[in-house]
Amino acid sequence: MVSAVFHSPLKPAATNPLPARTAMTTITDNAAAAAPPAEAPAPHPPSRPRLDWRGLWLRVLPPVLGIGLLVLVWELVALRSTNGFPSPLETWKQALTVFGNPFYSNGPNDQGVGWNVLSSLKRVGMGFGLAALVGIPAGFLIGRFTFLSRMFNPLISLLRPVSPLAWLPIGLLVFKGANPAAIWTIFICSIWPMVINTAVGVQRVPSDYMNVARVLNLSEWKIATRILLPAVLPYTLTGVRLAVGTAWLVIVAAEMLTGGVGIGFWVWDEWNNLNVKNIIIAIFVIGIVGLVLEYALIKLATAFTFEEVKS
Amino acid sequence: MNNDKYIEVQGIEQTFKTQKGPFPALRDIQLTVAKGEFVALIGHSGCGKSTLLNLLAGLTTPTRGTLICANREIKGPGPERAVVFQNHSLLPWLTCFENVYLAVERVFGASSRVTGVPAENKAQLRARTDAALALVGLSAAAHKRPGEISGGMKQRVGIARALSMEPQVLLMDEPFGALDALTRAKLQDELLAIVAKTRSTVVMVTHDVDEAVLLSDRIVMMTNGPAATIGEILTVDLPRPRSRVALAEDVRYLHCRKAVIDFLYTRQAHVEKLVA
Repeated sequence: MVSAVFHSPLKPAATNPLPARTAMTTITDNAAAAAPPAEAPAPHPPSRPRLDWRGLWLRVLPPVLGIGLLVLVWELVALRSTNGFPSPLETWKQALTVFGNPFYSNGPNDQGVGWNVLSSLKRVGMGFGLAALVGIPAGFLIGRFTFLSRMFNPLISLLRPVSPLAWLPIGLLVFKGANPAAIWTIFICSIWPMVINTAVGVQRVPSDYMNVARVLNLSEWKIATRILLPAVLPYTLTGVRLAVGTAWLVIVAAEMLTGGVGIGFWVWDEWNNLNVKNIIIAIFVIGIVGLVLEYALIKLATAFTFEEVKS
Repeated sequence: MNNDKYIEVQGIEQTFKTQKGPFPALRDIQLTVAKGEFVALIGHSGCGKSTLLNLLAGLTTPTRGTLICANREIKGPGPERAVVFQNHSLLPWLTCFENVYLAVERVFGASSRVTGVPAENKAQLRARTDAALALVGLSAAAHKRPGEISGGMKQRVGIARALSMEPQVLLMDEPFGALDALTRAKLQDELLAIVAKTRSTVVMVTHDVDEAVLLSDRIVMMTNGPAATIGEILTVDLPRPRSRVALAEDVRYLHCRKAVIDFLYTRQAHVEKLVA
């Protein structure tokens, strides 16, 4: 089987509580040490626990510093620039006007940023949805039957490394339209992670579970619904997450080439207008939307991950 | 039906294909188990006792020889030979109740073509599931997931699942191996009581001498692998019901225990390290 990436969706959630807890203990230690002299004369009513300032500070400070560093570098680049690279403040002002009216529409080539993001998301949704409809069942079959696995593995290995944009001309040729061609490109790039992860998930269903199924002599339907689906779901969701990430990467490039309404087209259009501020705003919008998609899918995956049998 | 030869193992040989060539795991296994008998398989690790149990379960097929249960050849796994797995093998996304219900539904939820017994309705299936969980004392944890209960409780759910199918034979693969000594003793006592009640035929793999003597009617001692076979069969002639406290000083108990220990540590002292 082609190698698959299986990120534990629990990881980001698991790393968070630690700093908070250590900070909490230090605070209570401090409070315990400071409490007797200060609070002995005036007994406080049992009020709510004191806000964990130190813990909060350690959580908030590093990200703020990181963003501050970015802004600083950006400001320096803008200062040294001779060809109109906008400073953070100028971009911020521009962003306020852009987001002041995100849903205006002055014809197909001049629409608000909201419409652009929505049409990109719609394309991603359609291409990705079709890929899920095809890819997840295909992954199940490839994982369940060795014959199909041997049949399709060479094809997958051959087609998977191809840059998604290489499929765009084929889409334009076959579908004779920019929009279906972009959806086709999303489809082809987001199908592989789902096929591969689902297939690997099916192959890695613990043999104990399959032995239970054999001893109980369960029907193929019960095996699929009670054992395979829940066991494979975390793998599939990882595939889905990778697929959405790739799709969101690719849509910007595809829209730059196909035109129409979309965040990728917007970037290219603003480049033609030499409006660098809007390009930077677009970059932030793309990043934030990608972040939100990723976060939502991690939450989804966590809800469907169960304790494995330890053998 | 011949009750003295309820399970018959005739001339079993099992060879596994490995990358280094064929590996003979078992040879010349001859064994009969009477109906209602409790048989323990004991031996050093790697002696093929689990292999023999998997053959009885029908999870694997022998290279040579036949296995017969209730006058029929064992051709594959089936709910009439329930297995309690070493690592409980509960489905983590189902509650304890649902794990047991899955088995109950399979066995009693459809009308049997062989015996003509009609299908039971859902209330009856639920009652069976509740009864099985009550038997192992887990009614309170019925709606918890396996991840939320202790190792001993999980193993009890595994036993409840196996017993709920009312199997002809109960096959147990080191069912208490992963548990601490106190939990193990408690579950052994529970198992003694349950088996006395249900009069099940049980084949249990173990590496615990005390467990084997306490629970079984006969102890099948296996020689070291490769190509392991049955070295000796000891009949444990202790009256039932058995109490672990009373037996601790019983001369016959100590004699049985000594016999098994002699076999394992004197005659079949593990030679793996010398070979390696």
